[in-house]
Amino acid sequence: MIRLENVDKVYRTERVETLALQNINLDVPSGEFVSVMGPSGCGKSTLLNLIGLLDAPSSGELQLDKEKVAKWGDKHLAKFRNEKLGFVFQSFHLVPDLKVVDNVEIPLLYRKMSGSERRKLAKDALDRVGLSSRVGHFPTQLSGGQQQRVAIARAIVGRPRILLADEPTGNLDSAMGDEIMDILHDLNKTDGTTIVMVTHDDRFARRTDRIVRLFDGRQVA
Amino acid sequence: MINNYIKLALKVLARRKFFTFISLFGISLTLVVLMVATAIGDNLFAPRKPQSRFDRVLGVYVISLRSDQGSHTGPPGYGFLDKNLRGLPGAENMSIFSTISGTVLYHEGRRIETYIKRADGAYWQILDFDFVEGGPYSQADDDAGRFVAVISDELRTRLFGRNAALGRTFEADGMRFRVVGVVRGVPITRYAGFSEIWVPTHTTKIDNFRRANTGSFNGIVLAHSRSDFDGLRSAFAERISHFKFDDPREFNQLVAGLDTPFEGVARVMTNNQFDRKASNVVRTVFLVMALLFITLPTMNLISINLSRIMERASEIGVRKAFGASSRSLVGQFIVENIVLTVIGGFIGFLLSVAAIAALNGSGWIPHASFDINFRIFLWGMLIAAIFGVISGVWPAWRMSRMHPVNALRGGVA
Repeated sequence: MIRLENVDKVYRTERVETLALQNINLDVPSGEFVSVMGPSGCGKSTLLNLIGLLDAPSSGELQLDKEKVAKWGDKHLAKFRNEKLGFVFQSFHLVPDLKVVDNVEIPLLYRKMSGSERRKLAKDALDRVGLSSRVGHFPTQLSGGQQQRVAIARAIVGRPRILLADEPTGNLDSAMGDEIMDILHDLNKTDGTTIVMVTHDDRFARRTDRIVRLFDGRQVA
Repeated sequence: MINNYIKLALKVLARRKFFTFISLFGISLTLVVLMVATAIGDNLFAPRKPQSRFDRVLGVYVISLRSDQGSHTGPPGYGFLDKNLRGLPGAENMSIFSTISGTVLYHEGRRIETYIKRADGAYWQILDFDFVEGGPYSQADDDAGRFVAVISDELRTRLFGRNAALGRTFEADGMRFRVVGVVRGVPITRYAGFSEIWVPTHTTKIDNFRRANTGSFNGIVLAHSRSDFDGLRSAFAERISHFKFDDPREFNQLVAGLDTPFEGVARVMTNNQFDRKASNVVRTVFLVMALLFITLPTMNLISINLSRIMERASEIGVRKAFGASSRSLVGQFIVENIVLTVIGGFIGFLLSVAAIAALNGSGWIPHASFDINFRIFLWGMLIAAIFGVISGVWPAWRMSRMHPVNALRGGVA
């Protein structure tokens, strides 16, 4: 499902060149739940951004769903992100001006779909994360755990094959973190969604199928 | 999707009240000025009473006599119009009337400053005044030089109070005129129709005006339809090509033409320097002025939009992550900006209605009757929408270029 071969990522400024990732080789088969661990600044989020097509490798090859992504243009990248990828961020990134249900609808706005169909799918996704009673609320009216569940509903509303979660429990207490992990597990087991999760928490990492460890941009395990 | 954008736009505007106020203030104030200018322009040039037929009228309002030694530009004389305009093939009717001149009436011990215009009988057939008393004088009255007059209802009040004016007399320019008709007042912006007193041309004391090439007269020709304009213009051009100069040593070139009301104003504004091209010159100058005028608020709106975008970087990152292409983000932001400017346009429209009412009531322009009609409203909304697109495109393009990772960090494009 996800394959990285000899991937490097270099950030260049006028004076400094930073090697964020170096010779990464990773193969994540369909349906696997992988966690990525490592100290801050080791390149975890950079790796997730590359897999999520939010950034491009400096060298090496990235394949998603058996397709090489190197030469894709903006339109193709946007379409792939929309149809096959879902994102969950540490700080939720919900749009404060939109109601919960409107936030969840965002990925569906970029598909050809009627408004009523969009609304139904968004409500189904919220139901799945146990928030059907909060449809008309605004994000600021929800707790951190609830906001992250909204973010997960938004990530899964378009039924993506791959879910990328960047420290989804990082801003939550352990009980709420457990709730989020339960939801992710359910998605992985029930729907067969491939999940790559960046985390600092060993306890959550141990609940995944495999742990990839990074240190100073290199894969160490 | 558009509904979603509009909904979001309204919410963003409601949340950022100060930015919204500044933006709407700039947009609506700009539009008030443009709409009031358009209303005045519409009032000047659109065919309205008593110039309802002016969509079929061509006129000679200014002519130039030139030579290497110098030039004279001004209204034509009665003689020039009588020779060159009368009997033009293809014309339904024609009239010669004087430019307005100020005059002072002394009536029952009171001094009344007013305006007088001399006109022939055909003037009343081409222009459609609203008579509140009596009717117009005839061509026979003009030919005989009878001392009859039509006055405006406002002058009637100043002269005779609330009493009927028909048959009553007043003295103007040292002659006593008998009132045969009273018309509803005409705003000064309707150049051909405006006056307070209208009297027959041939009541003038001096007779040499009949032969003069230059002077203080205008001539108008009523065509059967606008399709006859070209023919009338050619016929007039052919006639004046045989023009005989009084003294060819003084002037040996004549520049004159049959103009629509707008072309006439353009010719006067450009002092007849561009002949038939005057209207294009004036139109371009107005357009450039309008563009310059909206440049400042546009720049202001662009700057506000850019800072608004930076505040919403995270949302842009999220939308990109979930499949928004650069193109759809540009579309979203332009729609949001059009919503803002159309709201500004609507407020501007309401303020324009108030400004026009104040202008009409101020008495600065005699009998002013400016109004904002549906056509002006549509123009205003169109200007607002264009304003929205122009001020939205650059910020939207910047936004769409924002790197999604940077955007999600809340930052730099």
